[in-house]
Amino acid sequence: MKDRPRIQDFDWTLLGIVGAISGMGVLEIYSSTHASAMAGMQWKQLIWIAIGLAGMLLISRIDYHTLMDQAPTLYAAGIAGLLVVLVIGYSRLGAKRWISLGGLVNLQVSEIMKLIIIIVLARYFAEVRTERLTLSDLLKIGILTLIPVGLILKQPDLGTAMVLVPVAVVGAFFAGIHWKHAAVGLILVALLVPLGWNMRRHLKPYQQQRIQTFLHPEEDQRGAGYQIFQSEIAVGSGGFWGKGFGKGSQNQLGFVPVRYSDFILAALAEEQGFIGVCLVLLLYLGLILRLVDNAQKAKDRAGMYVVMGVTAILGFHVLVNASMVIGYMPVTGIPLPLMSYGGSATAFVFLALGLVMNVRMRRFVN
Amino acid sequence: MPSWNVNDQRIPQGRLALFSYLSAAMVIFLLVGFWKLQVVQSVHFADLAERNGIRSIAIIAPRGTMLDREGRVLVDSYPSFSILLLRDNPKLIEKSLGPIEDGLGIAKEDLLQQLDAAKNEPKFLPVIIKPAASQADIAFVESHRADLPVLELMMVQRRRYPHGDMLANTIGYVGEVSEQDMEKNPDRYRPGDIVGKAGLEKQYNEQIEGTDGMRRVVVNSVGKVMRTLDNVEAIPGKPIQLTIDEDLQQVAETDFANKEGALIAMDARTGEVLAMVSRPTFDPNDFAIRIPNQEWAQLNSDPRTPLLNRAIQAQLAPGSVFKVVMATAMLESKAIPANYTVYCPGYATFYGRVFHCDHAHGSVDLHKGIVASCDVYFYNVGKLLGIDRIDQYAFGLGLGRRTGIDLPSEEPGLVPSEDWVERVDHHKWYPGSTISVSIGQGAVMVTPIQLARMIAAVANGGTLIPPHLMKNATDLKSGSFPLSDDTVQQVTDGMWGVVNEPDGTTSGLVRLQNIDFSGKTGTAQVEGFELQTKLGKKLKENGWFVGYAPRRNPDIVVAALVQGGGWGSTSAAPIVRDVVKAYYDKKNGHMPQPSTAENIPPAGASRPLGAAAGAQRP
Repeated sequence: MKDRPRIQDFDWTLLGIVGAISGMGVLEIYSSTHASAMAGMQWKQLIWIAIGLAGMLLISRIDYHTLMDQAPTLYAAGIAGLLVVLVIGYSRLGAKRWISLGGLVNLQVSEIMKLIIIIVLARYFAEVRTERLTLSDLLKIGILTLIPVGLILKQPDLGTAMVLVPVAVVGAFFAGIHWKHAAVGLILVALLVPLGWNMRRHLKPYQQQRIQTFLHPEEDQRGAGYQIFQSEIAVGSGGFWGKGFGKGSQNQLGFVPVRYSDFILAALAEEQGFIGVCLVLLLYLGLILRLVDNAQKAKDRAGMYVVMGVTAILGFHVLVNASMVIGYMPVTGIPLPLMSYGGSATAFVFLALGLVMNVRMRRFVN
Repeated sequence: MPSWNVNDQRIPQGRLALFSYLSAAMVIFLLVGFWKLQVVQSVHFADLAERNGIRSIAIIAPRGTMLDREGRVLVDSYPSFSILLLRDNPKLIEKSLGPIEDGLGIAKEDLLQQLDAAKNEPKFLPVIIKPAASQADIAFVESHRADLPVLELMMVQRRRYPHGDMLANTIGYVGEVSEQDMEKNPDRYRPGDIVGKAGLEKQYNEQIEGTDGMRRVVVNSVGKVMRTLDNVEAIPGKPIQLTIDEDLQQVAETDFANKEGALIAMDARTGEVLAMVSRPTFDPNDFAIRIPNQEWAQLNSDPRTPLLNRAIQAQLAPGSVFKVVMATAMLESKAIPANYTVYCPGYATFYGRVFHCDHAHGSVDLHKGIVASCDVYFYNVGKLLGIDRIDQYAFGLGLGRRTGIDLPSEEPGLVPSEDWVERVDHHKWYPGSTISVSIGQGAVMVTPIQLARMIAAVANGGTLIPPHLMKNATDLKSGSFPLSDDTVQQVTDGMWGVVNEPDGTTSGLVRLQNIDFSGKTGTAQVEGFELQTKLGKKLKENGWFVGYAPRRNPDIVVAALVQGGGWGSTSAAPIVRDVVKAYYDKKNGHMPQPSTAENIPPAGASRPLGAAAGAQRP
């Protein structure tokens, strides 16, 4: 028998944390842009959040088992979408990432691909019957993941492409990976990095530049290294207590690159100081722990994989974005979920959280 | 039910817990990273943040050019660079002083002094340490942008006076805006702005100064301009066309050479100033770049007052030129019959005091009185008219008041009256003073421009033309002091005689062929002359000549003053003649050749010094 999932079963704690993070994001977007030509961006972001919430509600209504039933279809559609982008995609800032849906709506297919890969891999892992993943399992998972990764890299969008990988890695971790396989994987990655470095001529010039800059930031303080350097200046000059809301000179004068989006944490760190950063990162930790809690309470392994897939992507976003802001990682264009300005990215997070709600609401349903 | 959809596997709680710990470790790892930047290195980064900033760079609007009446350039501007020292980072400045001394050749002490002088100004305002940078200086700044971020270049528009000191006192000069001007126009001016300080540069400052633009740029911590926030283009100042005729100006300037004095040539119908000279003078180019304090003090305290525009600011006794006013007053007031005659034995006694004349002229009527400039004749006319009438006509003909020329600081001169004496000297008017005033001595003081306008008014029937330097000037108002045709005829006949009759005071030396050249000489004692004579200093009189042509309703009127030049007939008259001749040569299609007054033979007799008080030379 099946009870209807009820709205009371929504994870209100999770929503509270999400609301707090989104609210800080909207405020910082306002602070970063109110004195510039981009003033009013916070309203657009609020609209995206509202759209995201509606999408979340919608996706939570469709039983995740139903979605997983459609996994092959969704996967095929996603790959097709990525191919369409490569062929007729709408080009912006030198990268083809959008499909125009007419009017002002441009769909970033790669964001949808993140949702699809969560569902597809959750289904694959749920189907594994053994305690340990076999080599053939790993190969299949690798192929399933690397096809969209390759297509997204081709756009080129290194950041989003990278984001798909943790879904597979975290899934493998829970499905049970043999330590030998893990070790071989690590060695392969270790070997692939220098190989990739030798293949860098195949990268776009800006990608080469970013890697070069990351490896030798001091050589290029006026060029691409400028972004990381300025981000560090903004963060460092914020000090322990911060310069105050709307008073960060690096932020307000525009020294912080894309301060309303990818580098919003640098803007916040300058204005709210170490205290503000602590609050934000602890909120993210709370978000992750709450997601893990939902995974623990999932009715089945499939539900757990879905929740942990979402967790893996969000956690990876936070790790890579925050590391970039303090100069621990190169600039890859990975936004901070829920805080960075951006329609598709914000909508993705809410849809992903819709999947989590979906799982949670059905934990007692049978 | 599909195979995957069976809840037959337990949730891996242990691994989920491990994942939680890893997440917490990740957040701690990130927080340590932020701690390092925000707490451990915060001072370092705060310092770097301060070096990031906005710089405002003024875009200086070029001042409008000044053209002569034929469109020839008298004043223009050229772009040049100033080197600025940014003061927002004192530590950085300290480190940079040495390299700046080596690279730009500015002594450390000078730099410190300039910084000290500007210490009360807001920190974001830079100091101009080199107003006119050479190519090498510019290269130095450009090549040291990274290690000397305190230096910045600013393009400025500098004033250029291609003719040097020609017309300098009229054109004036520019300089840094004064604090008073800034207080009056706080929105318009900032310290260091260049404004007109004197002459036409000051008079028409609003038209020609334009509006400076402003470029606000964001510079990063190594001084590199990252982007432009906004860019307000400068609006160049409007050019102005003057009434000056460069050719006539050149003739007058050449004639003056190193003499002291002034000249003004006007179109006698319109009041357009064709030429204006003042000597000694200065080179306004010296002011275009910041003038060294020493040089400024020297110019300002020079007893020869090179900054004074004598054509409008020298207030001096007109001498015998004043007799034109006397003759006009005599005929117009009808207080004295037109055929009034006086016997001149070479002197006359009034109120128990002897007043001398230059010669014993014998029987003198009005015509001869003007032509030969007989003092005794006009002593008597003055006595009969009385100071009130003299005052009325002198003032009516524009003496003792400003002409309203479009130049700053015109002096009014002075026509003494009974009221004035009582107000200033607190005693009754001495009738004997009237006798001195009758020949343009005593308390009467005029400017060259007043005399030129007065003579033109007498010759044209009483229209006081409005002197002006701005071509196509609107809002010009002529004054009117109507004179009867008869008066005009008699007085102008006299002035024609001065130049053209054998017994005229110019002895026929300045006659011009085919030109109805007329005028009046004056040789005026310098104030305090007696005292200076007693002190044994030889100080020659001021020579005056106001000439015009033709005899009635003149085209041109020229007044010349040669200070210490002695006889007006030999010092001033030849210069006036050259200018009038050049005017007609040009009108007739010949380009004038500058000639010099030096080739005119001096008058036979040189005037003995130690002359008695009140004696008047022609």
